[in-house]
Amino acid sequence: MSLARYRFVLIRPLQLLPVLLGISIITFVLVRSIPGDPARVLLGARSTPDAIQKIRAQFGLDEPIWVQYLYFLKNLLNGDLGKSLLYKVDALPLIASRIEPTLMLVLGSVALALLIAVPLAILAARSKGGWADNLIRLFTTAGLGLPAFWLGLMLILLFSVHWGLFPVSGYGRTWADKLHHLVLPCLTIALALSAVLVRNLRASILLEMQADHVTAARARGLGEGAILRRHVLPNSMVPTINLLAVNIGWLISGTVVIESLFSLPGVGQLLVRGIFTRDYMVVQGVAMVLACATVAVNFLADVATTVLDPRVKIQ
Amino acid sequence: MTTPLLQVRGLSVIARTGQRDITLVDRLSFDLGEGEILGLVGESGSGKTLACRGLMRLLPAPNLRVEGQSVRLAGHDLLQLDEAGMRRLRGRELGMIFQNPSSHLDPLMRIGEQIAEGIRLHQGASRREARAEAIEVLRQVGIPDPQSRVDNYPHEFSGGMRQRAMIAVALGCNPRVLIADEPTTALDVTVQAQILRLLLELRDRRGLSMILISHDLGVVAQTCDSIAVMYAGRLCEHGAKHEMLARPRHPYSAGLLACHPAAQPEAVRMTTIAGQPPLLDDLPAGCRFESRCPQAMPLCRQQLPELLEASPGHRLACHTPLLAGGLS
Repeated sequence: MSLARYRFVLIRPLQLLPVLLGISIITFVLVRSIPGDPARVLLGARSTPDAIQKIRAQFGLDEPIWVQYLYFLKNLLNGDLGKSLLYKVDALPLIASRIEPTLMLVLGSVALALLIAVPLAILAARSKGGWADNLIRLFTTAGLGLPAFWLGLMLILLFSVHWGLFPVSGYGRTWADKLHHLVLPCLTIALALSAVLVRNLRASILLEMQADHVTAARARGLGEGAILRRHVLPNSMVPTINLLAVNIGWLISGTVVIESLFSLPGVGQLLVRGIFTRDYMVVQGVAMVLACATVAVNFLADVATTVLDPRVKIQ
Repeated sequence: MTTPLLQVRGLSVIARTGQRDITLVDRLSFDLGEGEILGLVGESGSGKTLACRGLMRLLPAPNLRVEGQSVRLAGHDLLQLDEAGMRRLRGRELGMIFQNPSSHLDPLMRIGEQIAEGIRLHQGASRREARAEAIEVLRQVGIPDPQSRVDNYPHEFSGGMRQRAMIAVALGCNPRVLIADEPTTALDVTVQAQILRLLLELRDRRGLSMILISHDLGVVAQTCDSIAVMYAGRLCEHGAKHEMLARPRHPYSAGLLACHPAAQPEAVRMTTIAGQPPLLDDLPAGCRFESRCPQAMPLCRQQLPELLEASPGHRLACHTPLLAGGLS
């Protein structure tokens, strides 16, 4: 009966292929249109025309661009993103080794943002127009307005330098150590993200409190707490999940700033260094990974919406 | 006569707008006996729905408030109870069903769970008992195959089935009085008849008392024992159904009856009552129906008629009632 609603779970990944193909072409061309020659960057002061030519031949950079692209595609099908010009290793394992910190950063930020946003939105909605609501509005305005790098710096100053509670930068070795390092970067992102979520969720809750089915629930004697938990929140979470998905997509590319600020050895940092050194293979590899992640998040949001709302049927 | 199950005395609903109070429902008084079905009739905006919302103390806006002498039900005065006490009575003593079943059921919750919610709350039943009870209630309201339907969501039901489901949600709490606010207005005619028959059945089987709000005299004529007519926030006539239909005494009641299409099978133009009801923030000093009344006298303009017993069991608020015999 309702399993048909989940058929898109099987079909959607196939629709992903043309998207990824498009992204690969765009990044391939864009990376190569940045002025500068990777061979020259690599050799630095020691560059001679001969050495540059040798490097270019070695990485296939002397071929026409469309031949390079076809090679890239052929290798991609074999799970090979090419060799990093800078690190002289395969790009794929290099990127793979950097995924964990970024993934942890994103997951931690989203979890923290929800932990902050849901209670605040409920509080704001219930005290609509009161001092708590106004205070929370002040918080969301600040969260939306303050740039992430500045907020991050302030958090470092306060929590790391002044109170010494969390490390200034870097990533740990053990899990506990890693989590300890992740608190401040996650908090930086979560504060901005929760500001967006609080506004949206508060509005949804207020709208839902006026809904007819909530009046019906009151008419059968349900208390306000049970109504909020069982009827208002589930209904107001549906639009918020979609907003969250859009923002996670934005956040995945936004981690670049935070990773640089906190020296987290993640994908974003790799990307920045790759761009500066004209490390074509790494840049297009990271771009592909980030694109996949963004598409995957939206896919997960579709699944979540479908699970939550029995009326939804995604084609 | 035994004491009635529900006794309403002087119930008013008042809106605060800026500095001024506007009385939307004006000193409503009536009794509802055990197993009685009272039809509350009147045009849109006459205060029928608001009066019943006031009874449940579930007013749709924060600037509305309830005042009055007393509303007695099951040994409680509903006007004296605090919110927690009122909440204990809602559902269990006083259930409510609504005009639009589609919007009054939670779209994200299974029908069975919505029924079970009230059962668990009011009867302290376990999850499993509540589910079994929910299936039983669904069967009682005539849902076919209740064992599997109990796990459906509202959007998987048709309009008539949704109305049955909403009745089931209210019945799950096992109330003594059911307020039905235009329960058939959103349904097509055949389904309408089925739902009305269901309400009558429930009254017979459970001894349920009902207040049936409707603007459709046909609906009221089919189901009710007594009829109360509201106009511009006030009760103008209240009596037994047969009296009211055969010999209405208030000119407004008579006008309503005359407007019913069934009363004028061969008319080319439908009869209407000329004019508009008065604005509630600009009420005349006298009778509120005076400007539209074919019977009006000078006194009607000066003095608001009180609702008085005209004959045993028949109350009337009119200075110039029609004679017992129909339109003069």
